[in-house]
Amino acid sequence: MIEGILIGLQTALSLKNILMVMMGCFFGTIIGMLPGLGPMTAIALMIPITYGFEPATGLILMAGVYYGAVFGGSTSSILINAPGVPGTVATAFDGYPMAQQGKAGKALAIAAYSSFAGGTISAIFLLFAAPSLSKVSLAFRSPDYFALMVLGLTAVSAFSSKGQFLKAMMMVILGLMLATVGQDSLSDITRFTFNNMNLTDGISFVLVVMATFAMSEALTIILKGKDPSRATEQISLSQLGSIRLDKEERNKMLKSIPRSSVLGFLIGVLPGAGATIASFLAYGMERNYVNEEEKQKFGKGSVHGLAAPETANNAACSGSFVPLLTLGIPGSGTTAVMLGALLGFGIQPGPRLYMTNPEIFWSVIMSMYIGMVILLILNLPLIPYIARVLATPKNFLIPLILFFSVTGIYLMSFNNFDIFLMIGIAVVATFLRLYNFPMPPLILAFVLGALMEENLRRSLLISDGSFNFLWDRPLTAIILAFTIAIISWQAFKSFKNK
Amino acid sequence: MRISIDKIISLLFFVLSVFYLYQTYQIQVFSFDEHAPFNAKTFPTFLAYFGMFLSVLFLVLPEKNPTKIDHKVLDYKSVSFLIFITVVYGFVILKAGFFLSTSLFLFFSYYFLGERRWKWMFLLSFPFVALFMYLLHGLLDIYLRDPFLKMLGIIG
Repeated sequence: MIEGILIGLQTALSLKNILMVMMGCFFGTIIGMLPGLGPMTAIALMIPITYGFEPATGLILMAGVYYGAVFGGSTSSILINAPGVPGTVATAFDGYPMAQQGKAGKALAIAAYSSFAGGTISAIFLLFAAPSLSKVSLAFRSPDYFALMVLGLTAVSAFSSKGQFLKAMMMVILGLMLATVGQDSLSDITRFTFNNMNLTDGISFVLVVMATFAMSEALTIILKGKDPSRATEQISLSQLGSIRLDKEERNKMLKSIPRSSVLGFLIGVLPGAGATIASFLAYGMERNYVNEEEKQKFGKGSVHGLAAPETANNAACSGSFVPLLTLGIPGSGTTAVMLGALLGFGIQPGPRLYMTNPEIFWSVIMSMYIGMVILLILNLPLIPYIARVLATPKNFLIPLILFFSVTGIYLMSFNNFDIFLMIGIAVVATFLRLYNFPMPPLILAFVLGALMEENLRRSLLISDGSFNFLWDRPLTAIILAFTIAIISWQAFKSFKNK
Repeated sequence: MRISIDKIISLLFFVLSVFYLYQTYQIQVFSFDEHAPFNAKTFPTFLAYFGMFLSVLFLVLPEKNPTKIDHKVLDYKSVSFLIFITVVYGFVILKAGFFLSTSLFLFFSYYFLGERRWKWMFLLSFPFVALFMYLLHGLLDIYLRDPFLKMLGIIG
């Protein structure tokens, strides 16, 4: 293994490959910041370019683009509450309020440091445990995945807004209902489309997230423009602050990073789970770990609340390479595109990859780490300039947010039905937000809806329609026990308050 | 007795769940799938019943802190206008093309939100959209249909 690591290090540290990582990080960050274009699109755009390179160089470029795009997505989440990819939705919970308080520079710096730390720790895990962890990822069966998703949704409902568990659960159901629109994945039967062809493929994630976060935020800012309680927020927007973190903030970040890295990496290893569940679970877990005073700050610009999901989503990105490189199973849409690129280079990922092509296996792992170092070096000096986006006067910023939201959708479908649907969802979301119905549970439910139905389908078919699958396997039963504990705790708290 | 808006929303959610359940029963599954342990109706049926259960629970349980909104401080006029102009933008984007419709949308939005710095309004609409289009169309090779620019012979 040491020999393989050295070969990988030698390949990744060649001047050409370092330049590739730098280019990848730079373009990835820019593409990731654009609405509707996430890591998957960024990598897909790079595939034709990489075919002229050696496989290791091509993959190194794509790894750089991947991390750059993830960081770019976090930037738009923090600055304008517009997460371009599901993995950065949880980043917006505390990142955006922090930016609103005039600490955009700090929020971006925390995101950059946490991403770097999460990526570093998981790269070390990947280095030493990749082959053996692939067995863990295969140990998870459909009932376990289903239980994990139920746990994720319950956790985010419990933690997303204080004392609003029932409202949050209603948002979960609404998100799952929206996810069922379109063709059923197995039978191809169309559901809830009302004979509208535009709904046959379902509603896109970018549409829902832009409507419920970016657009509805823009509308809320205008709606509450005359509200005197909002006046201080408007003033603080121009005081963007520096990227320097004080000792207390550093300590908070350092406490969150190790536990979120481990959780993120382990969740990332599971095919299909990926960065989204990892970031939401890390957010929920972090809220449980901190003291009562810190808990109150969650959702209002907590350092813990920002560092945890950012660390976890980057750790999960590295983790998702475990099933890809060791089993040939892509754990996410992005790694599926990477698999396509690998096959294009004539490389078949699988258990024998690190024996037959050690220079590729190890150089990808090494370059992922080098990519993160370069990303940090490139982006930190740029943060004060990027943060100035928030200094844009409201009269300009709001139409620009609306423009980015509409363009993000238009670029995906090139029809105006999706624009109208987005406006409709944004209006409903603005109204619901006004009455404290939280949006994060809706988004997570929407993202997980199809996966959840698929895993419930498999579980029920295997158990011949019986719900015994919920307690047949110890792993499923343990995950569900956690879910029941969260629900019971919420019910107890509610009862106690009365 | 005065019912809070929160409860009215949950009542609407109950109605939505009932409608969703009705639509679920309208799904035509294949005859061989009708009695299968899982078909296209199964998951939506669970969702509908669970949605109804949650909304009834919210309706019957006493409310601790109903949300209070002071409607006098809310700027409904500006929001209605922004929604209206975005709908118009959605209508014309295909016909007028991306460049013209987006530039005009931005320009008029700035104007109606009270902006009067004409130089900035212009720079952040027409040249800004042109730059954005160049980035997408020219550099990233993402096709943007634009009949207006096509007519002028700027794009193919």
